[in-house]
Amino acid sequence: MIPAEFDYVAPATVDEAVRALAAGGEDAKVMAGGQSLIPVLRMRLAVPTVVVDLSGLTELTGVHDDGDSLRIGAMTTHYEVQRDPLVREHARLLRLATDTVADPQVRHRGTFGGSLAHADPAGDLLAPALALDAVMVCVGPSGTREVPAAEFFVDYFTTALAPDELLTHVKVPKLTGWGAHYEKFNRVAQAWSIVGVAAALRVSGGRIADARVGLTNMGPTPVRARGVEEALIGQPATAESITSAATRAAEGADPPSDGNADAEYRSHLARVLTERAVTAAVSA
Amino acid sequence: MRITVTVDGVDYRDDVEPRTLLVHYLRERLGKTGTVVGCDTSNCGACTVHLDGHSVKSCAVLAVQANGREITTIEGLARDGQLHPVQQAFHQNHALQCGFCTPGMIMQAIDLLADNPDPDEDEVRHGLEGNLCRCTGYQNIVRAVRDAAQKMSPGSGPEAERVDETALVDRAPLHTGGGE
Repeated sequence: MIPAEFDYVAPATVDEAVRALAAGGEDAKVMAGGQSLIPVLRMRLAVPTVVVDLSGLTELTGVHDDGDSLRIGAMTTHYEVQRDPLVREHARLLRLATDTVADPQVRHRGTFGGSLAHADPAGDLLAPALALDAVMVCVGPSGTREVPAAEFFVDYFTTALAPDELLTHVKVPKLTGWGAHYEKFNRVAQAWSIVGVAAALRVSGGRIADARVGLTNMGPTPVRARGVEEALIGQPATAESITSAATRAAEGADPPSDGNADAEYRSHLARVLTERAVTAAVSA
Repeated sequence: MRITVTVDGVDYRDDVEPRTLLVHYLRERLGKTGTVVGCDTSNCGACTVHLDGHSVKSCAVLAVQANGREITTIEGLARDGQLHPVQQAFHQNHALQCGFCTPGMIMQAIDLLADNPDPDEDEVRHGLEGNLCRCTGYQNIVRAVRDAAQKMSPGSGPEAERVDETALVDRAPLHTGGGE
């Protein structure tokens, strides 16, 4: 199928984009890389009157060193994130998760900010953003506000972004020298995560000094596995402590049941994949 | 909307509806039917082309987004009657059965080799993850890509595809539409 008719606006600045979005009213839709939106338009699951295409906003691309954190432009493509030296050094978890997103063609077009704003619970970058305590920079007609990841993801495909706001940047606190791993479980090429586990750890003197664990597709929003983090911190970095901590992986999660897996199986996967992810992160 | 695009070394100026997908523009306006539509879900990768030297699924790009940019399709690879080395390798390794996935497989293989000139088998399989072969002829496809890697000097990417002499074709607006 081809999409229904829409008006197309390609602003050159964030200000223009915000104005175009406001002028478009409630049936306007923002397009970042378009790798989720264009298929949705094609199937006519969305029928916006106006599409505001951000692909000309070069001010929203690239990764910048902002002292204690990285400032990543929302329009930075997955391909650019994968290859960025600052991401490699300070946000390894993000790079590893980005490596698993979709396929090479989609990673050339798809963007970091687009994935987060789309907020698909099976998307692979939400859990890392949550685990890394990323902060979303949102711009609207009344100015700029910063929303922590823990408050940004509200429900299935729903974020704290107001209809007239854009996600322009993501601040990702540096975790330099931490071990990291993203363990994605799916069955076939290109498939969404049935469950994914994002883990970042700081090991010091054989003990786990700090731990961050986020879960993909274990609820309508990404889940922070606080129980696992508590159980790991201060423990020796051994197989026994990891196995024990992983039993708490599904605590507080609300996993869906669908054609791929039921909730009980997802909870089982969360435990197994957490054990694998943390084990890999310790040795990484 | 008026767009100007360079496709396989030729500049085109056209009026397109914003909703026109790049793949439909290429096939239905420019007659570049070498780029095929294999699915309706953006999974199959058969419509893969290069946009400014990087592979994209042309069913997931709007034609208006190609304005001012350069596109290479499977039809723009051969030079002076000589197949591109990846095309040759697909031919020599029997890397096609029905052939429908082949244009996308070749475009993606060239993209992969531009990033990784000597991929091992696993890297080839991951690099072609966005392309499906319903004949399941992956074995020979992987073999062809590795064979091409051996035969090619590094740098089959954007530079090798750039055509210096371009002609401008100004086209009358045509009706868009039709479907897959």
